[in-house]
Amino acid sequence: MAINAGLASLSESLWTAATGTYMLAVVAYTGEYAFGKNGRIARTSTDRTAQASGVRQPALVGSSEATGGIADRLDGMADQPDLASQPRFGAGTVEPAGDAGRRWGRAAVGFTVLAALFHLASVAIRGIAVDRVPWGNMYEFTLVVGLMATVAWLATLVKMPQLRYLGLFVMMPVLLVMFLAGTLYTKASKLVPALQSYWLAIHVSSVAVAEGILLTSAAITTMYLVRARFERHAAAGTAPARFAALGSRLPAAAALDKAAYRTVAFAFPIYTAGVIFGAIWAEAAWGRYWGWDPKETWAFIAWVIYAMYLHARATAGWKGNRAAYINLLGFGAMTFNFFVVNIVISGLHSYAGLS
Amino acid sequence: MAPQLPRTAQPSARSRLLRPARRLWRRLISMRTALVLLFLLALAAVPGSLLPQRPLNPPKVQAYIASHGAWGRFLDRIGAFDVFGSVWFSAVYLLLFASLIGCLIPRIAVYVRALRARPLKAPRHLDRLAEHATLGTGLAPDEAGMRISRTLRPRWRTEVRAEDSGAVAVSAEKGYSREAGNLLFHVSLLAALVLIAAGRLLSYEGSIVVTEGSGFCNRPISYDTFSAGRLVQAGRLADFCIDRLEQFRASYRDDGTPAQFQARVSYSEGLDGTSRPHVIEVNHPLRLEGDRVYLLNHGYSPTVTITRPGRTPVTDTEPFLPEDDLLTSEGAFKLPGRDGTSDDDLGLSAIFAPTAVITGGVVSSISPVANAPVLAVLAYTGELNPGGQPQSVYSLDAKQIAAGKLKQVAAQNLGLGESMRLPDGTVVRFDGYRQWANLQVSHDPSQTALLVAAVLMVLGLLGSLAVRRRRLWVRIAPPVPGARSVVSVGGLARNDSGNFTAEFTALVAQLSAALDAGPPVAPAAAPVGSAAGSAADKIGAGRD
Repeated sequence: MAINAGLASLSESLWTAATGTYMLAVVAYTGEYAFGKNGRIARTSTDRTAQASGVRQPALVGSSEATGGIADRLDGMADQPDLASQPRFGAGTVEPAGDAGRRWGRAAVGFTVLAALFHLASVAIRGIAVDRVPWGNMYEFTLVVGLMATVAWLATLVKMPQLRYLGLFVMMPVLLVMFLAGTLYTKASKLVPALQSYWLAIHVSSVAVAEGILLTSAAITTMYLVRARFERHAAAGTAPARFAALGSRLPAAAALDKAAYRTVAFAFPIYTAGVIFGAIWAEAAWGRYWGWDPKETWAFIAWVIYAMYLHARATAGWKGNRAAYINLLGFGAMTFNFFVVNIVISGLHSYAGLS
Repeated sequence: MAPQLPRTAQPSARSRLLRPARRLWRRLISMRTALVLLFLLALAAVPGSLLPQRPLNPPKVQAYIASHGAWGRFLDRIGAFDVFGSVWFSAVYLLLFASLIGCLIPRIAVYVRALRARPLKAPRHLDRLAEHATLGTGLAPDEAGMRISRTLRPRWRTEVRAEDSGAVAVSAEKGYSREAGNLLFHVSLLAALVLIAAGRLLSYEGSIVVTEGSGFCNRPISYDTFSAGRLVQAGRLADFCIDRLEQFRASYRDDGTPAQFQARVSYSEGLDGTSRPHVIEVNHPLRLEGDRVYLLNHGYSPTVTITRPGRTPVTDTEPFLPEDDLLTSEGAFKLPGRDGTSDDDLGLSAIFAPTAVITGGVVSSISPVANAPVLAVLAYTGELNPGGQPQSVYSLDAKQIAAGKLKQVAAQNLGLGESMRLPDGTVVRFDGYRQWANLQVSHDPSQTALLVAAVLMVLGLLGSLAVRRRRLWVRIAPPVPGARSVVSVGGLARNDSGNFTAEFTALVAQLSAALDAGPPVAPAAAPVGSAAGSAADKIGAGRD
């Protein structure tokens, strides 16, 4: 079956639509971040609302369930206290949410859902156009990883709507991933015989899922490092400098650390399985399950670093910051494996579709 | 690798000499050392991907050393061109291996003991635990204890104890499979490493270029390249033959990209097995008992007939090496001269283009399909191989040409069926072409067991990362006449607290139902406020 050029160009238009809608989402998240209850404006007016703190609105939790609608529901639940049980330095935790912030937040979630639908349609239609799984080259793989990240974020919102105000920090990377996919663009084409295997669907999808989750973990870890520094300043009573000042609006360091760990703990077995699937495929394609091809070598390096992270978190003296840096190092190795190994180093995995 | 290892008894005075060794061993099996070793392992692998590696690409290594002088020779001396076979890489993983074994053995012992141990006695003050609740019951303490134990038992290990005060305490614990998963992962990892090592000793790999119409048998000398582990007995490889490569078929799409490669072969197993047909494709090797035959590469083998004046015409088909994706290929035909002569050899250095275009006298291909094949021939006479040393079949010896011992006598582009005449009257005719396939035979007896070990590793990981360890205690106070007994419940998350608060709330509700007691009284530590609000508070706090 030949490539369906009409569908291929429809898929590209949908990429444009998704990217544009992500931009709107980023704008709206920024609005919520600025005007919302955790935002700068709310923070600077804490004095005014101080007497209101402690006044809870229990009705919101119940009534929002009844009124339905995802944005509404998310919004109602967003008024629950933060996931952090620790005190949130400087943040007006329990004051009633600002209406402006809530409107921005709702719009942001709406745009995110819309963009995700465009994004999903773009990936699916690309797959139909070329009549195969839509992750055969770097352009397609990048689109899939971006979609995974958005889906992971929306899933997080359903479970933990109180995190909505952090959407800016998730949607910005996703938007960058979309632009990146644009620069890696490859014309819709069929697969070379080496890639014609059902292992392509299994191996690449498991690695993409794991990498999407590990990307999230790296983002959370970065927030952790900022917040941890902020908390150290707060404990010492000194004014936090530059980046650390951002920490005032982030969840507690302990909660971020735990979230980073749990995302890695979730992704690590998937990643391990993805590498094993790759080894099984390599046995069928090249006659050996492992040959220290550059891609394999860097998959091994990233795996060892994430294994280090899991061990470090259980070792006195390595917990906290050191473990966090190991997490980022692991993500660095994985990113290196995707970009540098695919584009610069030649090996058996040279399927970037770039030349 | 255990964060805390059980301390062994201090060595006696007699074994004072052993003390430093013990200390070293203890340090080796500590988690910190393991972390450092893991880091070194990752670090040591990096040059293996950035520098050319001898096992993967020897010519590239030679080129690198040649162009980097002393630096290249230094890297070569420290084994940087064979990182994964180098002493330092082996040292790191062997130390890690030792550290892992040293850590696992005591840990398995501890786990076996824990499996046999009964759940711990209830602490005196259950209300001091992070999670606690109070219920009431009208049942006798013994009966209540039994009911609680029965309710928990499918998933919890329970122990009912009567306390001196007359109270009955139930201790419950679950999540034993977490450590089991952890141990399973590490033991499987060790097994995998042993199997990989065994595989290296027992595996072999042979590669051969086969032109349509010919075949080979599984003997080391048949192959163009053959590498084997130390324990492979080269004389006792599995008996099978690829009798003939019947046909190689490559199909392409309209844009010239390959769509499918198929090698149709007939093969026989055993010493006098019958010949059977099979189609080998990329990703679909021929799997025999213990051996696998892969299709790795393909190309064209042009055929020429050389008629030297006064001698029998010779027809020769030689595989040519592809130079690009469009299969512009290079190769050579070598025809030794009469015995005893040193300048009578004839050599043809040639380029084959399946669909040729000629620009500025240079032949190149515009399609991998043989639509208009051209053989561009440079003919040489002289001495092909003075020393009789093995040399490349794909080219003439450049040193002989440079030394003037091989002289170019003619050059011509030949279409199918065309011929050229050399000054001495020799006629070279381009008869046609066949295709060749590069087949690789691989043998690794350990890989099935290795797959099992890998699957167990993943299962172990799932257990060790997903299972959560929990402890729960319930104390039923001695009955007070005229009032319901007070039942206090306390819970402890031994790791990964997750949403233990929600878990605990659900458990208390379950226990409450089992006791047929009233609804749970709000936890004592909750701030004054509506019960719904504080519950939501707790659930929110637990969800991380």
